[in-house]
Amino acid sequence: MRMIFVRLFAFVLALGLYLAAPVAYAQTFDQALAKFATDDFSDTDEGIAAVAVSGNPMAAAVIEALQDARLAYDPASKKVYIKDKDRVLDAATGNAVASPPADLETVRVNNRLRRAIEAALGGLTLMSADPDKRTEAAQAVFKSRDAKTLPALNTAIAKETNSNIKRALVEARASVVLGSDDASEADKIEAIAVIKARGDQDAVSLLSGVTSDAPLPVYRAAQAGVTAIQNQLEMWSGVQNAWYGLSLGSVLLLAAIGLAITFGVMGVINMAHGEMVMIGAYVTFSVQELIRTYNPGLFDYSLLIAVPLAFLVSGVIGIAIERGIIRFLYGRPLETLLATWGLSLILQQAVRTAFGPTNREVGNPSWMSGAFEVGQINITYGRLWIIVFTLVVFAALLAMLRFTRLGLEMRAVTQNRAMAASMGIRTARIDALTFGLGSGIAGIAGVALSQIDNVSPNLGQGYIIDSFLVVVFGGVGNLWGTLVGAFTLGIANKFLEPFAGAVLGKIAILVLIILFIQKRPRGMFALKGRAIET
Amino acid sequence: MISAALIRSLDRNATIFLAILAAATVLIPLCNLLFPPESAFHIPTYLVSLFGKYVCYALLALSIDLVWGYCGILSLGHGAFFALGGYAMGMYLMRQIGTRGVYADPILPDFMVFLNWPELPIFWYGFQNFAYAALMVLLVPGVLAFVFGWFAFRSRVTGVYLSIITQAMTFALLLGFFRNNFGFGGNNGLTDFKDILGFNVQSAGTRASLFAISCIALALGFLICRAIVTSKFGKVLIAIRDAESRTRFLGYRVESYKLFVFTLSACMAGVAGALYVPQVGIINPSEFAPGNSIEAVIWVAVGGRGTLTGAVLGAILVNYAKTTFTSGVLAPYWLFVLGSLFIAVTLLLPRGIVGTYQHWKLTRGEKKAEAAASGAPRAAE
Repeated sequence: MRMIFVRLFAFVLALGLYLAAPVAYAQTFDQALAKFATDDFSDTDEGIAAVAVSGNPMAAAVIEALQDARLAYDPASKKVYIKDKDRVLDAATGNAVASPPADLETVRVNNRLRRAIEAALGGLTLMSADPDKRTEAAQAVFKSRDAKTLPALNTAIAKETNSNIKRALVEARASVVLGSDDASEADKIEAIAVIKARGDQDAVSLLSGVTSDAPLPVYRAAQAGVTAIQNQLEMWSGVQNAWYGLSLGSVLLLAAIGLAITFGVMGVINMAHGEMVMIGAYVTFSVQELIRTYNPGLFDYSLLIAVPLAFLVSGVIGIAIERGIIRFLYGRPLETLLATWGLSLILQQAVRTAFGPTNREVGNPSWMSGAFEVGQINITYGRLWIIVFTLVVFAALLAMLRFTRLGLEMRAVTQNRAMAASMGIRTARIDALTFGLGSGIAGIAGVALSQIDNVSPNLGQGYIIDSFLVVVFGGVGNLWGTLVGAFTLGIANKFLEPFAGAVLGKIAILVLIILFIQKRPRGMFALKGRAIET
Repeated sequence: MISAALIRSLDRNATIFLAILAAATVLIPLCNLLFPPESAFHIPTYLVSLFGKYVCYALLALSIDLVWGYCGILSLGHGAFFALGGYAMGMYLMRQIGTRGVYADPILPDFMVFLNWPELPIFWYGFQNFAYAALMVLLVPGVLAFVFGWFAFRSRVTGVYLSIITQAMTFALLLGFFRNNFGFGGNNGLTDFKDILGFNVQSAGTRASLFAISCIALALGFLICRAIVTSKFGKVLIAIRDAESRTRFLGYRVESYKLFVFTLSACMAGVAGALYVPQVGIINPSEFAPGNSIEAVIWVAVGGRGTLTGAVLGAILVNYAKTTFTSGVLAPYWLFVLGSLFIAVTLLLPRGIVGTYQHWKLTRGEKKAEAAASGAPRAAE
């Protein structure tokens, strides 16, 4: 009960101050300005504080001028002026002075005053008209915890209408109150509650700053706050890991999904698969270069243009590879592996010769840059779009295999080549198209990966081992296995990283997969029955 | 008796190969050491080291041929065994530097002083002793191959799956050795060697001896492989290569055969790596790169898988071509050549050079015999 009265009283007092303030402004501002004219550091200090709380529209200009050594006074009349570029303004009114006094003296500052100036400016921007500046100022105060800004903060909180900024201001005030020596125990505990609600790393460090010298209830509240926030942070970091894992998984899936077709469905080991991805990325680069030269306005659509083009280019190259090399090697997987490895060397070197060995810059269209926050995690649009894109590609591929004529024929050839041929399916043509499809999807993956990875001739190399592991882990010949495999590996990788570091995490994953393959040599979702022995 | 068995197992090809190798072992060091630099017969020391490098590669190729050519296990991770052997030798050489390093620490190698390591990690103990290091050269790759193979072969991981996980193995090691806190010099690896067994590694005499030792190691490796593949054991290996399930149904323990030959092959690769390191003067994690292992496989394919002389010939030919290309203006085209080699050999010359030659001789011999046998009846008709 008493508590409420105390608060009520504080509120009424604050309200009263607030209402009374405008009346007081005019005289206090002039008195404050007069302090600058005495050429005394302590007077100047008082002046800064008085100007800062005066609420006068000229206050910010005066203090900024003081900071830049543009504030001057006339020793004779004790009037204060602001020196602008080529004119002199009256500090009290802000009007230009037609004939300024000849012997203006600059108001001197020392280091102590500079700190006071900065604090005062922080307090003043709290009432700036620009919402971004206000937020920034609130954050700055939250960090600096300067007790001098408290009056300004209170005024700003009372004035603020934007709820987000208001919350930031309240948090800043809590931070200041917690740090100040003369705040009451109840105020401090209230401040702790506010900070606890903020719930981020800054809040933890602020609350852990409360030592055991503090009054016991305050200390206890702070400790409880730290634990609560840390639990919450832990949960968020779990969510964050899961999100990063999904993101990595979608990248793995994109890279592996074409391989799931060529390796999983056709049984062809294509070591040049990574180079198909790389070609897709270079198609994106070329498209963007052309757009930059001929029609910069289309830049936001560059990826939409690049996707079908990359599919076509990689697909056609894939068909050429199948017709030229792989069809002679069916039934000899190890030879296929070597030949396509050779091919990957040639493709890499060809791209290196054509585009140079250095990284090429591929830009992000505007709709892919930027980020938004959900709770404590930061979600970039680029990553989000890649996940969406991956799932769309995956769904389209499943639908294609399930519902189209070509998909039907592909499945028929996979299941029983001789029977499919007897039914009139041109198996050689289907082989070429299937391989082209797998390569084309790799090309599409290249478009997406160009947004998050360096576009260089070695781009594909980094993905080839991972993609094979995803396909083998998920189970050969099963697209759903590839999906589950990719996301499992992605999430496992990101959850291992905080404990083991990026490299050791990756090694651990490799070792786990090697062990897993020993246990289930055909992957998670193995085809059952005699099919596996062929 | 063993020597009698060995001699019996030598056919004409093998004898010619060993004779050439013996000649090289003697002549190349002699030409380097005896003739003055201005003489026409002089072979410069850098060439001796280069040839020594080729011989080590040949031994690596031989070890790959043993598992791939005769047992059908395509390992894409043999570069890892090679590099592990190399690291074991490199650790011995590092300990020999002693106080001559930049930081002149009597015990710790330079990179450990640089990283502020208080003392030698346990796994570096004993490497100042050559015999121990030599044992590790065999043991570390051997044990890794044994453990890896024990898991892989027992669960019947075969074909491309095995290839992919061996590649993943060497990739994992690559990532690990790149780390500074792994204790093997990180990125820079081990280098700046001074002595081996008290001889200066830079001197011409040591280089020539290392070359001769590499040749002897190659000859020994060849004889061991030869003895294995011509024995009854070797016949089972070939049976596994050609029809694994059938061999198993006939009652052979396929996984034990595979495990033995895989482990032996890893030890050979380790020895090759150990001889390689003092001759090139450095070992770093890039030796673990999956690309290296695949490149070694193509040497075997070029020479002819399933022919031991072919593996050696292929390693030397491809590496000679690599040196010629990469040292001149043609350097940017080397990858085109290497890539085309992969494709051309698999498509056009699946038996490799020696294999094609042997096949050609065999079919010609058969035709002759056929002609001789059928000549008379045909005349009678």
